[in-house]
Amino acid sequence: MSTTTKLDLASSATAKASPAKPRRGLRGSPTFTFWLFTGPFLIGLAIFVYAPILWSLWLSFFEARFTVTPDKFVGFDNYKYMLTNDDFVGSLGTFTVFAAFIVPTTWALSLGLALLVNRMRFMRAFFRSVFFLPTAVSYVAAALIWKMSIFSGVRFGLMNTVLGWFGVENIAWLIDPNPPWYWLVIVTARLWLQSGFYMILFIAALQNIPDELYEAAAIDGAKSGWQTFRYITLPQLRATSTAVILLLLVAAYQAFDEFFNLLSKTTWGRPPLVELYYKALGESQDYGAGSAGALILTVLICAVTLLQGKIMGFGKGDESK
Amino acid sequence: MTTTIPKVRKSAPRSDTPSRVRRGGVMSSTGLYIATGVAAFLFLIPFYILVRNALSTDAEITGENWKFFPTDIQWGNISELFSDETVPFAQSLWNSAVVATLHTVGVLLVCSLAGYGLARIPYKHANKVFYAVLGTLMVPTAVTFVPSFVLVSSLGWVDTYRGLIIPGLFSGFTCFLFRQYFLGFPKELEEAARMDGLGYWGAYWRVVVPNSLNFFAAMATITFIAGWNAFLWPLVIGQDPSSWTVQVALSSYMTNQTVVFHMIFMATAVSILPLVFVFLFLQRWLVQGIAQTGIKG
Repeated sequence: MSTTTKLDLASSATAKASPAKPRRGLRGSPTFTFWLFTGPFLIGLAIFVYAPILWSLWLSFFEARFTVTPDKFVGFDNYKYMLTNDDFVGSLGTFTVFAAFIVPTTWALSLGLALLVNRMRFMRAFFRSVFFLPTAVSYVAAALIWKMSIFSGVRFGLMNTVLGWFGVENIAWLIDPNPPWYWLVIVTARLWLQSGFYMILFIAALQNIPDELYEAAAIDGAKSGWQTFRYITLPQLRATSTAVILLLLVAAYQAFDEFFNLLSKTTWGRPPLVELYYKALGESQDYGAGSAGALILTVLICAVTLLQGKIMGFGKGDESK
Repeated sequence: MTTTIPKVRKSAPRSDTPSRVRRGGVMSSTGLYIATGVAAFLFLIPFYILVRNALSTDAEITGENWKFFPTDIQWGNISELFSDETVPFAQSLWNSAVVATLHTVGVLLVCSLAGYGLARIPYKHANKVFYAVLGTLMVPTAVTFVPSFVLVSSLGWVDTYRGLIIPGLFSGFTCFLFRQYFLGFPKELEEAARMDGLGYWGAYWRVVVPNSLNFFAAMATITFIAGWNAFLWPLVIGQDPSSWTVQVALSSYMTNQTVVFHMIFMATAVSILPLVFVFLFLQRWLVQGIAQTGIKG
């Protein structure tokens, strides 16, 4: 076992690596080695990811109710059906609202927490842990705490208790879509669960900003506070912000757990994944339409991702190392 | 912009140089701690609720006046939870432990090898393969879970550990993270190892992995948490209550006809506890790992 430390290896490496590229002509062909490393993963990916996607694509052109080996080809009917189906189109609307709430709020909250924690001199680790800890909690558990206690519609729910102290009537947070209080429940649950993770990303990025930039700005007369934040910190965080927003969007598209558990008996407030779950695995077992819906969703995700990439320049970071 | 802007924000953060010029005096430092303290208080409320309800009687939870702490701590709720016949909670905990552990080992092995191959081994189509992996990140679970379910059930894997674990091993995202990490791994180390006569394979196991244990620990923690907390796939695969994971068991409490509050909250608390321990002990590696993943671009 080589227990040599990084330092030792690095110094011996610089001594040896100087002669011209040593890689060529060493044992084994790189092509074989490449497949040796990536083979197991790629085979699994082919079977458990690509094959289902292709199967899904195939199913989407057939009338496939209660069967996954259908024989009645229906062309684009499933797509037409889904695109004109109120439930499905409504679920896209639900997603859009959800993304419009959750992406900016998580971005702002995690960045805000990162700025706070990063400036601390005492108890920094403690506060970081507090904000990070919810990352360990599952969406199911959080949904349960939110639904059964904090935002329970009955009198002894925490929010209703607190509001009751101020004389506010009980609010049915999750039962009644009018007014849509359920968004508050869903968004706060996810904010609590995921902000800590993105805070860690922002802290890491903040610590990578060279001090010289702030010193130079101070010399140039930039006011500390908002000005340095706006003209130094924020631009320096651009790459991280882009990645965070992208991750948040993809995560929002895939939202399932908290909607499924918080709104289990409702027909409204269903994001696409929940809608498709009921469509394909519910009573109708319509795999054809379900697959068509899933593929429409995929196309949308790709489009949004690429668009966001174009706007914010994702992918440039790839060549940084 | 030369207009003076009133100082509404906390001054920009400095990387760990507390000794240097601190912007803002005592006041803003107090403000900093107050703001953070309020946020931390809010973040801790759900944990407080969880523990309070788990150790109370139903009468106190649903009582007329809000009780901040249970009058008598009900430790008996724990044994009540495990002797409950309606939901096989102990079995579901065991299932989650097995599934999350094997999931973690499998994911780390398969995805780290692939990530290394994609990052480091010169192969002219490596980029194309990488994009094929990257593409899967954009495909929502919805697209694959129905056909995956059919595939798994035709293999006879419904209600089995295999069915719960194997389809989830091939995570494009984890592979991506490993690739990004290995791109930043000092090349000199491997080149030295190969000069000493090791192939890629040998260099990987003898030099790269032992020097990447921090990152592996971080990925292991993240993967374990994700495996323990996974819900959709276990919900689809776990048809029989004996193969439920703890998340599916929790979810079933919420749809039960009768609601026994203290038991539901005790179950939730017990399901979170192992992770909180994992988390607190491994947090250092986790934070380092996330910081290094290269998400920062």
